[in-house]
Amino acid sequence: MAEPGISTASLPDIVFMLLFFFMVTTVLREQDILVEQKIPAATQLQKLQKKTLISYIFIGKPKNTALYGVEPRVQANDALIQPADIRQWVNQERDMLPEADRGLITISIKADRDVKMGPISDVQFELREADARRVLYASIGKVVKD
Amino acid sequence: MGARKKNRPSQEVNAGSMADIAFLLLIFFLVTTTIASDKGILNILPPKQDPNVPPPDIKVNERNIFTILINANDQLLVEGEYSDTEGLDMKVKEFILNFGNPTDEEAVQLFNGLPPSLKALARRLPESSDDPGEAVVSIKTNRGTSYATYLEVFDLVKKAYFDIYAERVNLDTDEYRGLTGKDDAEVSLQDRGKEGIPMAISIAEPDKLGGN
Repeated sequence: MAEPGISTASLPDIVFMLLFFFMVTTVLREQDILVEQKIPAATQLQKLQKKTLISYIFIGKPKNTALYGVEPRVQANDALIQPADIRQWVNQERDMLPEADRGLITISIKADRDVKMGPISDVQFELREADARRVLYASIGKVVKD
Repeated sequence: MGARKKNRPSQEVNAGSMADIAFLLLIFFLVTTTIASDKGILNILPPKQDPNVPPPDIKVNERNIFTILINANDQLLVEGEYSDTEGLDMKVKEFILNFGNPTDEEAVQLFNGLPPSLKALARRLPESSDDPGEAVVSIKTNRGTSYATYLEVFDLVKKAYFDIYAERVNLDTDEYRGLTGKDDAEVSLQDRGKEGIPMAISIAEPDKLGGN
C-alpha cells in the first residue's frame, strides 16, 4: 500500500523556479533617493511602451535636512542638482539613447506630494529649454469611489 | 569496493531542508526588491520660447477657454466661480462638447458622428465653447499651489477627455487609456477616439504671489 500524504520532493524545484523568476525580473535600485518621496495618487495613469526612453528626476524635501536644508531639492542620478544644471543632465541622458529615439526622451518627474508648484515649474521651464518636452508625472493608482 | 558499498546504508544527502533554504532566499528577494513603477500622467510641455520673438498673439474667443485657477491655498476658481474638484470632470466634458456655434462643416459632421450619450451633453450655451476643435482648457497655478492639488485637477481634466474618447469608440475609459498603440488595430481605435477633439490643455506659467 502506498504511503499516505503528498510527496514534497518537487517542492524545492518549484520554490527555486519562483526564486529565479524574481531574481531575473527585478532590477536592483541603482541609486539612493536623497529626497522624500510620497508619490501623489491619480486615476488617469498611462504606461509607456518603451522604458528605456524614461529618465527620472526626483523632487522633494531632502531626507538629510541637516546637510541640505528643508527647501525642496531636485535629484538627478545620484546627486542633488541645481535647476540650472538640468539642461546639461538632460543632454547627457539623451546622448545615451540611440540616435533615432533621442527626440522621444521622456522625463518622469517623481515629485513629493508636499512640494509646491514653484520648484516644479522651475524644473519644467528648464526641461522646455532643454527641449525634453515629454513629461510623465509619476503617480500611483487611486481607488475611485463611485 | 563495490562489494563494500552494498552493505552500507544509502549515502544520499538529505534534501529535506532544501525547500526551507530556497524559501528563505525567495522571501529575502521578495522583501528587498521594489518593483519600479513607470506609471504616470503624460504631459507635453510647450516648446521653448525665444526671448527675441514675442509670443504669437493668438486671438481666441474667451468663451473657448475654460479657465481653472488654483491659488496658494489650493482653492479653485473655475470659470470665475469658487469651486472644488467635485464634478470638475463633468464640467470640463460639458464645456468641450458644448457645440455653441459650430462654424465649419467638420464640426457639424463631428457632432453627427457622436454617440447619443455624448450628443446629450451638447447644451449649446452661448457662453461656452463653440466646438471641440476650438476648446482649450487652461490650468493656471500659483507658485505656492501644492503639487498634489495641481495633479488632481490635471488628472480630472485628462479624465474628461479620456471619457469622451472612450465613449466614442465604445470602450471603458480604463481600456482606452490602456491602449498602447502597439498594433494597427489599437492605433486606429486611438485615432477614432481623438479625431476632431484635440486634447488642448494649457498649463499657464504660475504667478509669483504668495509662493516660494
